[in-house]
Amino acid sequence: MASYKLSINGSTHAVEADPKMPLLWVLRDLLNLTGTKYGCGMAQCGACTVHLNGNAIRSCSMPVSAVGNQKITTIEGLSTDNSHAVQQAWIAEQVPQCGYCQTGQIMSAVALLKRNPNPTDRDIDMAMQGNLCRCGTYPRIRKAIHKAATLMKPPAKSF
Amino acid sequence: MQNTNSINRRAFLKLSGLTGAALTIGFYFPALAEESASIITAETADSLGIALNAFISIDKNGKVSILNHRSEMGQGSFQAVPQMIAEELEVSLDQVSINFAPGHQNKYGSQLTGGSSTVRGAYKHLLRTGATAREMLLEAAAKKWNVPKEECYALKGEVIHRPTNKKIGYGELVEEAAKLTPPKQVTLKERKNYTIIGKPLPRQDTPLKVNGKAEFGLDKKLPGMLYAVVERSPHFLGKIKSYDDSAVKTMPGVKHVIKVQMPVFNTTREGIAIVADNTWAAMQARKALKVEWDTTGFEHLDTTGLYNRMKEDLKKPGLSQRTGGNFEGMYAKAAKKLEAVYETPYEAHACMEPLNCVADVKDNKCEIWGPIQAPDWIQRDLADRLKMPVENIAVHMTFLGGGFGRKAFTDYTTEAALISKEIKAPVQVVWTREDDMNQGPFRPGAVYECKAGLNNGRIAAFQTKMAAQNMNHQWPHADKSNFNDSTTEGLPEAFINGIDHYSFSDIPTESPIPVMWWRSVYSSTNGFAYESFMDELAHAAEKDPLDFRRQHLREERYVALIDMLEEKTGWKSRGKNSGWGVAITECFKSIVGEAVKVSKQADGKLKIDRIVAVMDCGWYVNPDIIKAQVEGSIVMALGAATNHETHFTDGKAVEQNFHQYQMPRISDVPDIEVYIIENEEKPGGVGEPGLPPFAPALCNAIFDLTGKRIRKLPFNMNEV
Ligand code: FES
Ligand code: FES
Repeated sequence: MASYKLSINGSTHAVEADPKMPLLWVLRDLLNLTGTKYGCGMAQCGACTVHLNGNAIRSCSMPVSAVGNQKITTIEGLSTDNSHAVQQAWIAEQVPQCGYCQTGQIMSAVALLKRNPNPTDRDIDMAMQGNLCRCGTYPRIRKAIHKAATLMKPPAKSF
Repeated sequence: MQNTNSINRRAFLKLSGLTGAALTIGFYFPALAEESASIITAETADSLGIALNAFISIDKNGKVSILNHRSEMGQGSFQAVPQMIAEELEVSLDQVSINFAPGHQNKYGSQLTGGSSTVRGAYKHLLRTGATAREMLLEAAAKKWNVPKEECYALKGEVIHRPTNKKIGYGELVEEAAKLTPPKQVTLKERKNYTIIGKPLPRQDTPLKVNGKAEFGLDKKLPGMLYAVVERSPHFLGKIKSYDDSAVKTMPGVKHVIKVQMPVFNTTREGIAIVADNTWAAMQARKALKVEWDTTGFEHLDTTGLYNRMKEDLKKPGLSQRTGGNFEGMYAKAAKKLEAVYETPYEAHACMEPLNCVADVKDNKCEIWGPIQAPDWIQRDLADRLKMPVENIAVHMTFLGGGFGRKAFTDYTTEAALISKEIKAPVQVVWTREDDMNQGPFRPGAVYECKAGLNNGRIAAFQTKMAAQNMNHQWPHADKSNFNDSTTEGLPEAFINGIDHYSFSDIPTESPIPVMWWRSVYSSTNGFAYESFMDELAHAAEKDPLDFRRQHLREERYVALIDMLEEKTGWKSRGKNSGWGVAITECFKSIVGEAVKVSKQADGKLKIDRIVAVMDCGWYVNPDIIKAQVEGSIVMALGAATNHETHFTDGKAVEQNFHQYQMPRISDVPDIEVYIIENEEKPGGVGEPGLPPFAPALCNAIFDLTGKRIRKLPFNMNEV
């Protein structure tokens, strides 16, 4: 057991954990942040996707000891009121079915749009390939990411 | 049904978050005949001691609460039920909230969510319940104003007096309305006047599913709850010969190591539960466990052996499900004869949320939380196994991260309850992905032998034999001389009606592998055989595949569906061998036609260009949910057709996780076009019928493009 101070969604959380415990289980079992999901435990499905310094990572495969003082964002930290453009787009396109994979999908989509504000279908397919959805919401995910890209565009400057 | 504590109105009010006076009505079944539900108020039910299906309640603030008796696993029953109630009650959807009903067969009828039955089973009662409440509120307002009821109408949660435009909110009427006797007859709205039903309204659960707040089974936490994983026999039966947990017990966080049993149909699988103070600790400790299994009497079968057995079985006479005319006689003298054998694989359900269950057993009471499709069955099963009265068992349904049939079973809940009972603490049993994928029960694979004779370009005689495990034969004391009543599942009823000489039979293949329902059940494999064979027959008859189906499906609904498929695909103007394929199946009273267009890319690999689906599910509630369900069904079918399969070796499942069981990814799936037929037919299923026609439509398209006939699933799209 070791002590860690983790920076999650803008605040610091102190935890006692086995250094090898994946961030996923720290979030879920020790901090009760259950929006991040367990799907495979081996970086195959993306259900556990969170951001580490703004990049999408699989929290099931990241030991807590490797996190250090890097900033973690989970689905709970995206907005307090579903106001994030990606959440808005997800609602507009009615993406979720069972919903289990969706928090991971959304975290991957947010990271993609940060890197690439105007992704093509191909860009989306490449970036989102690591996120499985057994309910088959893929066509709607593509539409929602395009929609979010539009929502995120700064309003055209008027002179 | 005369069960005095079934109504328990206070519990209902508590569950709905309602306080004080309210109008609460629901329906019950005086007799078992489903058509004759009676609608009464909670007060009357109380005084008569009647077990009420307490469905809706309106409180003093006009807030409407519905107790949903079905589980939500993605298919949208969360949405369909409120839409139906809101329509007839004349309230807007945002005035309605919904709660899951805890398991109780007496109160809610069967709660099993399976067979795409949520809307199908209860729609009339739900509509009538909404309409009855509306009429009672109208009557209460008329009384209050002392005006004729006919001068009043209801709109958006208010009663309005037409001549004076006076208005009063439902909340102010509930107390009076609750004293009235519900009218025996109510007039339901006409479809053309619907403002909520038939509209693509957004699902109410979506906001919860984009911010992590939707609570799935795995998210449930109780004070003092421990976490367990279970090492179960990798064979589908098996007792523990010996085990060594000395290393486990010293691992950090480990609280208990105990032996458990899990009933699976007529077998019992033993396992060792490792209980710890978090999931990870339990998983780590499990690795230190050493178990020796006793598999005496277990057959160490592998996939090749299993399929050889099915093929051997096809040589035996089948158990006949349906016959008409004289197949043998007609076939013998048919002008053209065709024969083909099709193979379909075993599959895991692979819900994104692995199985899990929270159980708290103490003081002769048991509470269960989890992703559950069959709360009432679980309740009865637990009462049996724990030897407790049914009313001491509460089953709570969380959101389900996928179900597809797997979560309609009782094994995982029983196991959790037994562990909690033994350790005397609340516990969450977590199935790892590997456990979820290798323990089954699986969709049964099947081999089909199809034969048909053609005369003058028409099918004169048609026969199929299916060799597959019969799910029903797995129960203790099952009568194995029973035929499989799902042998024709998936095949359009109109097809059978239009053929004079046919025979459908099955040979129940014996195997130690546990099998069960998988989205669309036997239709998921039958559809491939029947609709591929239909395509082969069309080619043999030198007919256009769509015309050939039109010729054999001569009923109005099919004709309308075929016309729409033709129009939406631009079927008539397609080029010769341009890679179009089509298939039509019927499943849970819905008819679905799907057409697929494939092409070869520069690198020679196959690509799906277009997928067009036409759904006829009769009267429906929410077109957007239907579209989503058809899209999802197609993606799942694509996986089972081209990507994944569960293999067995030495009597154990081979595939353990998603690196071996490769499900479709976003890059494998093009856009999917879904069209819905408008008609007034009885509602059919929505969550499953989109699945069966996809694989045959795809393979028929590949034949059209390449001339290569695929008769065995799954196949590799890159190697055709
Ligand atoms: S749980 Fe982390 S990728 Fe599947
Ligand atoms: S929405 Fe169910 S797994 Fe993606």
